Amino acid sequence: MTETVSCAVSISGLSKVFNAGKPNEVRALEDIDLAIDEGTFVSLIGPSGCGKSTLLRLIGALTHPTAGEVCVNDKSADQARLDRDYGMAFQTSGLFKWRSVTENIELPLQLMGWSKQERKDRAAEMLDLVKLSEFADHYPREMSGGMRQRVAIARALSFRPSLLLMDEPFGALDEMTREHMQTEVLDIWKKTEKTIVFVTHSIPEAVFLSERVIVMSPRPGRIAADIPVDLGERVFETREAPEFFECITEVREALRFEGNAG
Amino acid sequence: MISRFVRSAAPALIVGLGGLLLWEVTLQVLQPEGFVLPPPSEIIRAFFADFDEIWVATKNTGFIVVTGLVGGVILGVVWALLVSRFRLANETLTPLAIALNAIPIIALAPIFNAWFGLLSPVSNQSIVVILVFFPVFINTTKGLTEVGDTEIELMRSYAASEWEIARLVRVPNAMPFFFTSLKIASSLAVIGAIVAEYFGGRQDALGPLIVQNAGLTRYTQAWAAVLAGSLMGIVLYLLSGAFERASMPWRPAPETTGS
Ligand SMILES: Nc1ncnc2c1ncn2[C@@H]1O[C@H](COP(=O)(O)OP(=O)(O)O)[C@@H](O)[C@H]1O
Ligand SMILES: [Mg+2]
Repeated sequence: MTETVSCAVSISGLSKVFNAGKPNEVRALEDIDLAIDEGTFVSLIGPSGCGKSTLLRLIGALTHPTAGEVCVNDKSADQARLDRDYGMAFQTSGLFKWRSVTENIELPLQLMGWSKQERKDRAAEMLDLVKLSEFADHYPREMSGGMRQRVAIARALSFRPSLLLMDEPFGALDEMTREHMQTEVLDIWKKTEKTIVFVTHSIPEAVFLSERVIVMSPRPGRIAADIPVDLGERVFETREAPEFFECITEVREALRFEGNAG
Repeated sequence: MISRFVRSAAPALIVGLGGLLLWEVTLQVLQPEGFVLPPPSEIIRAFFADFDEIWVATKNTGFIVVTGLVGGVILGVVWALLVSRFRLANETLTPLAIALNAIPIIALAPIFNAWFGLLSPVSNQSIVVILVFFPVFINTTKGLTEVGDTEIELMRSYAASEWEIARLVRVPNAMPFFFTSLKIASSLAVIGAIVAEYFGGRQDALGPLIVQNAGLTRYTQAWAAVLAGSLMGIVLYLLSGAFERASMPWRPAPETTGS
């Protein structure tokens, strides 16, 4: 049976209210409509508290909408989660300190009932992808922040989910490690052709990585702008190209406008 | 291996021996009323002179300590698992645990003796179980519940069940907490058993041995029995530590710092 999946993610009329009816009510998201094509790299950007993480968690069915709908691969987000369509990576790596690097990568596979040998093979393949093969038997505490994030990404990809959801995965890294990781993620994206939704609060990061930057505004969280980025193949010089800076300016303007309006 | 052990144990040994020496010298030089506090040399002499009797008493008390400790640890862990897993259990069993802990447990000894029989081991075992279970319960619960949001969300994104989250995340996360409580519990078990024995149970155990000797103003012999109890506590503590290291290979060996 061949299916044509038009949209990897399709969101309509989505709202999320926390603590509804209580004094500490927060309207985190309001009236979000968003469609993400399969294989796209999309960034969500906006000031802190504008609902980026909430939107990502709604896509990943880690929380549920107050109103509206989230469809992923033509099914409900919950079903997609049960079908293990998501790989997730967060600002903190979330590696389990009692598991070695290999065992961490094997965890989702273990839950899916893979055999020991299959798990081992896939973990080795993933470590190769993130260039950490020689650290297979190390424990997380023996690794740097950047290396841990690479392991976390390897783990998120290990079961070949169709969608990769990342919430400021490089937020805690220094600038140089960060740029290096960005290049690696793009490399992985090209190799695996995943749909990636990437939350960041760094404008250059969003522009460098994505084909599309979704600018969000706070209180309540809304989509303020949807900016296509067409910089072609990313290379070292991309970060110095005039088009790169034009895009950055465009995103910054969108953010500034919203900042003033709000 | 041996040399590392010696090096890590050396400071403690030096301080310990220094303290004993000070104790010995103070008593020998100042010579206060001898029965108030015998010098360590005499306690050790009495320890070996009465060794057969002390050994039997230690074994009998040790039985209460170990069975009570195992029982209390199992009770504490099971209680913690229930409380961390089921909301209803949390709402009912946590207050119950706190209430149990609020009872001055040693005060129950005479009552337990009335329930289970003056010579029955069950009464003293029960004291140890109740004494031990609380720190194990509190610490293990903390370890089972204090898991990062990121870790839980990751597991949910893998469509893991609550049971899988418990087994693969909560339990390993609770291990260091559990072992901390085990170390506390092992000392508590020795204290609980000996004090419980003051009130009943077998007569050839450390508690009665201390009471009898002290009653006959044989303080040196009483101290020798106390020494046996201390040694038992130390052995249990060291065993807990060894068990801890063996079951958590991911934890770094404690670094020896300084020169
Ligand atoms: N579980 C929650 N309970 C209550 N309020 C929440 C919760 N999660 C997020 N919020 C609120 O929703 C808003 C958006 O949060 P978040 O999505 O984390 O923003 P961002 O990731 O863009 O910084 C914030 O005001 C935050 O305080
Ligand atoms: Mg966030």
